Amino acid sequence: MSEAVTALKNARYDAGIATISEIGPLGMITIRGDLEAAFLRKVINKTVGLERPESGMCNSDGTSAVAWMSPDELLLICPHAQVAEVLSRLLAAFEDTHTLAVDVSGARAAFRIEGTHAREVLAKLAPVDLAPAKFTPGMFRRTRVGQVPAAFWLLEDGAFQVVCFRSVAQYMFDQLKVAAQPGSAVGHFSAP
Amino acid sequence: MSTRLATGGRLLNKSKPLNFTFNGKQMRGYEGDTLASALLANDQVLVGRSFKYHRPRGIVTSGPEEPNGLVGLGQEGRFEPNARVTTTELYEGLEAESQNHWPSLEFDVGALNKHLSRFLPAGFYYKMFMHPRPLWKHLYEPIIRHSAGLGKAPKAADADIYEHFHAFCDVLVIGGGVAGLQAALAAGLSGARVIVMEQSAHWGGRAPVDGGTVDDAPVEDWVAQTLDRLRGMENVDLRDRTMGAGVYDHGYVLGYERLRDHTPEDAGPRHRLWRVRAGHVITATGAIERPLSFAGNDVPGVMLASAMRDYVANYGVSPGDRTVLVTNNDNAYLTAIALKQAGLDVPAVLDARVLPQDSELVAKAKALGIRVVMGHAVSSVQGGKRVTGVAVCSQGGEGAVLEVIACDAIAMSGGWSPVVHLWSHCGGKLTWDGAKACFRPDQDHPPTGADGHGFVTPAGAAAGVFALDDVLHDAHAAADGVATSLGFKLPRDLTAPTAARREEAPMMPVWQMPQGASVKLREKTFLDYQNDVKVSDVRLAAQEGFVSVEHAKRYTTLGMATDQGKLSNINGLATLAGALDAEIPSVGTTTFRPPYHPISMGAIAGAARGDTFQPIRRTPLHDWHAANGAVWEPVGQWRRPYAYVQSGESTHDAVMREVTNTRQNLGLLDASTLGKLIVRGPDAARFLDMMYTNMMSTLKPGKCRYGLMCNENGFLIDDGVVARLDEQTFLCHTTTGGADSIHAHMEEWLQTEWWDWKVHVVNATEHYAQVAVVGPNARKCLEKLGGMDLSREALGFMEWTEGELGGFKVRVFRISFSGELSYEIAVEAGQGQAFWDALLIAGHDLGVMPYGTECLHILRAEKGFIMIGDETDGTVIPQDLGLNWAISKKKDDYLGKRAQQRSHMQDPSRWKLVGLETTDGSTLPDGAYALGEGENENGQKVMQGRVTSTYHSPTLDRGIAMGLVLHGPDRMGELLSFPGTDGKTYEARIVDPVFYDPKGEKQNV
Repeated sequence: MSEAVTALKNARYDAGIATISEIGPLGMITIRGDLEAAFLRKVINKTVGLERPESGMCNSDGTSAVAWMSPDELLLICPHAQVAEVLSRLLAAFEDTHTLAVDVSGARAAFRIEGTHAREVLAKLAPVDLAPAKFTPGMFRRTRVGQVPAAFWLLEDGAFQVVCFRSVAQYMFDQLKVAAQPGSAVGHFSAP
Repeated sequence: MSTRLATGGRLLNKSKPLNFTFNGKQMRGYEGDTLASALLANDQVLVGRSFKYHRPRGIVTSGPEEPNGLVGLGQEGRFEPNARVTTTELYEGLEAESQNHWPSLEFDVGALNKHLSRFLPAGFYYKMFMHPRPLWKHLYEPIIRHSAGLGKAPKAADADIYEHFHAFCDVLVIGGGVAGLQAALAAGLSGARVIVMEQSAHWGGRAPVDGGTVDDAPVEDWVAQTLDRLRGMENVDLRDRTMGAGVYDHGYVLGYERLRDHTPEDAGPRHRLWRVRAGHVITATGAIERPLSFAGNDVPGVMLASAMRDYVANYGVSPGDRTVLVTNNDNAYLTAIALKQAGLDVPAVLDARVLPQDSELVAKAKALGIRVVMGHAVSSVQGGKRVTGVAVCSQGGEGAVLEVIACDAIAMSGGWSPVVHLWSHCGGKLTWDGAKACFRPDQDHPPTGADGHGFVTPAGAAAGVFALDDVLHDAHAAADGVATSLGFKLPRDLTAPTAARREEAPMMPVWQMPQGASVKLREKTFLDYQNDVKVSDVRLAAQEGFVSVEHAKRYTTLGMATDQGKLSNINGLATLAGALDAEIPSVGTTTFRPPYHPISMGAIAGAARGDTFQPIRRTPLHDWHAANGAVWEPVGQWRRPYAYVQSGESTHDAVMREVTNTRQNLGLLDASTLGKLIVRGPDAARFLDMMYTNMMSTLKPGKCRYGLMCNENGFLIDDGVVARLDEQTFLCHTTTGGADSIHAHMEEWLQTEWWDWKVHVVNATEHYAQVAVVGPNARKCLEKLGGMDLSREALGFMEWTEGELGGFKVRVFRISFSGELSYEIAVEAGQGQAFWDALLIAGHDLGVMPYGTECLHILRAEKGFIMIGDETDGTVIPQDLGLNWAISKKKDDYLGKRAQQRSHMQDPSRWKLVGLETTDGSTLPDGAYALGEGENENGQKVMQGRVTSTYHSPTLDRGIAMGLVLHGPDRMGELLSFPGTDGKTYEARIVDPVFYDPKGEKQNV
């Protein structure tokens, strides 16, 4: 069986004020159900070792992540090779409940924005308050980036991960490159 | 003449001379110059011709309110029309060209218009060129367009790049003068997040030029110290060259940052549009000096008094050797004093007032030896392309000339108008301040936010407070109030600094100079320089009944175009009020709309140009299609291959080849764009019974069913194949364009109407690459890949299964939109290309060829399958299309059921779907209408049907079509005539819509 490839074959841009790179392929599973249910917390914890995130947050350990998507939806991210196994464990655990888990790994593209100007590059495209005091590591936001829907979270200062639909991966990469072009630093967040 | 002074020029770097050209003429300036100051330094006072009369016009102001100094800047991709010389910073190699002149700036044929000006009053065009109508388009308009107008539109693509930036703050201060800086300092020290926008490259506004002392030191020092403090604060962002362009609902503000206009060769974006969400906006936007209305006030060399001292102090430029000052207020005396102190001659100050005693500034001017004439005014200005003198009269009279004073420049001041634009953009009200003769913000009626409280506060001159000490205290108080309302607190020991007070005599409103000016003088008295609107025009408008200020504006064009009447508005409406014998506040102002000053189209577009103009959705196979001759068809934001054109083929040839090959051998279609919605839960079956007209709850796991979806009005909105994955889970295929909207449609019903049903919907469209493997050789091809039993017995028509095919994990649907043996196979998107490659190899000896959307259309039309968007248009119900078989009669309800029972939906005269076959085998024009008998009540020919889909079928070697026809299914064999737009009338016979394999034997092998 052939290996899955990402939409842009891990394209990378580092000629600008931040590094833009397509990462992946990642395993992604959409979970929908009662996020307040104790069993759901337990299943998430047992399956990937992470706490169920509070609203607007993403919990991650570098390998896997669980992000809060909506009051009844989570996004679970794991290594692509493990997605089938994680999914089957979730499905088994959810069996008698009204909880959905479905593989959406192929539906998405993921990017990293890295560097001291990462916040500024993203703030050119997303209507989100990305000031260092307002958007701290672990925060997650579903919003738009340019003209497409997307989600992102801050891994650590200077490193965002952006997720969008696979079909618009090229658009996302192109506009991130424009936003990161040389000479375009804003100096808003890094104002002394 | 205007020239560079030996001394002065606080903004200049005289060690860095710069070369530039104006109308091709080489000129020199310095770093720090604006184009305006550099032109004046080169004695270029005449900078343009007016809009209507082509009168010579010179620089009047030193800021963004400039009406005359508009030039074309740069060349080709960097050409910019209507660039303001006063806001254009000089750079090496700048190329500027004056506008609206023919053949040259110095000699303009159009200037003949000025002699005709008596015949070109307000509304002239409306009155004159009404009749005969056809002449407007072909004769009048082209000539008027040639003679009127300012900048030319750029022809080349913009060579620069632009961007947006989203920012959030507690307090946004617009304006970096002393008021803005004091407000920012107080707000910043309270701990609020602050952004300060200053439109120019310099901080401090007018204060460094107009002088004064703050806390016993020159105000310039205070500006420098305050800037230092602000720069040291992490919670404050100072943005110069950034104009607050517009204030919108909910504290949304657009800022316009000009990053590279002064260094066009540097890398990076030229402009940045700031999209700010502010907790509160402080408008410290200052005030604009008003011109005086006297005859000849537009002759080059007549300038605002404040602008004149700006040129002297900031740029070391003298606008003239001998300057007469005309004023109605004390403040303007600063100009006379500055000119005198720069060693220039001021032969007289004409002050319209009669003061009982000399105020501080009047006394100072007199002490410098300047002759001050009280109660006097300008009767008229002498000179054409340049001021040569001024005829003096009494302000109270009708203009009888008392003396003529030779001069080459005139400084005028009619008082100051607060810049209330940003306050007003979102609904802030104004109040008339009689003492200062200006509109200022009515702070009891601010623009209100979602909480009903005001979100804009004016500060300093923008609030109608002019004395330096008052400005500082007002700004401090404004910031204090704003910070407190946002939950911040100013440091206890923080107070406003104190400025030395200057005793000023009151100004006197002067709307006409002299007060009783004759018609002859009024016809030479300009209110709006940019649009050539005179006092006489506004009076005429009033006389003709345009009494509303908004109507008078549109009739006369007062306050229109690129300066939006920044200089002319107040004088204009005062003139209107005078003509109507009304009070100024009862006449009111026109509406202030954003942007404050024109901003570039590039900044508005931001990154949305070229590759990033719009997102284009690409399937996992996009690159392969592109490399293999795909001609694209946009389907929503997707790009789908219309056909794959091989060398030597036309697109039509390619489509014909693809159809024939798919019918005879094997075709592959990229069907990845079709929507795939997972619907799951204990109530999923019940839910789908409501969503579809069909019964979906009886579908067995492992089976597929074609379904129709209607909206609550009964109209057909989507169709597709539903596969039941397990007892609780369905996979609903939608049309390409319907994936997102049907997902939203399902969620809406689940969230609003059936919120207690246990159903989840997930849009899994993009998780899969889906390939239709179609044609008599389809099964053979898949068997070559191996791994699954896809025989007729193992996987029947309208069934699905999962497994491994050629090493790929797949879900296989045996469904057909072509009438052929057909499988649709879904693999994870990341393996789509590899799977497609494997199919091409396996199908190599079986005649495999990819096919595009046009072939897909022909294949389905030959089978009489409908297409959402062709056979439907939002007004068609399934019954119109003969799809009654897909409407369950056993169900109590489904979306659209009740609507379909309404009398109009049941009307037997609704047009119904039939096939259409031309009698000569030609192809019917798309969208053509079938003629009926007679005419309707509007005298139009009666129609009895229309073509919905039409193609040339290579399989049948003739044109085939579908259409909706009155009583169509009952009229088989009848002939209809369809007039085409090509002048030809097509004759077609009503036939069954299924042209090919009506028994469905081919798909069921």
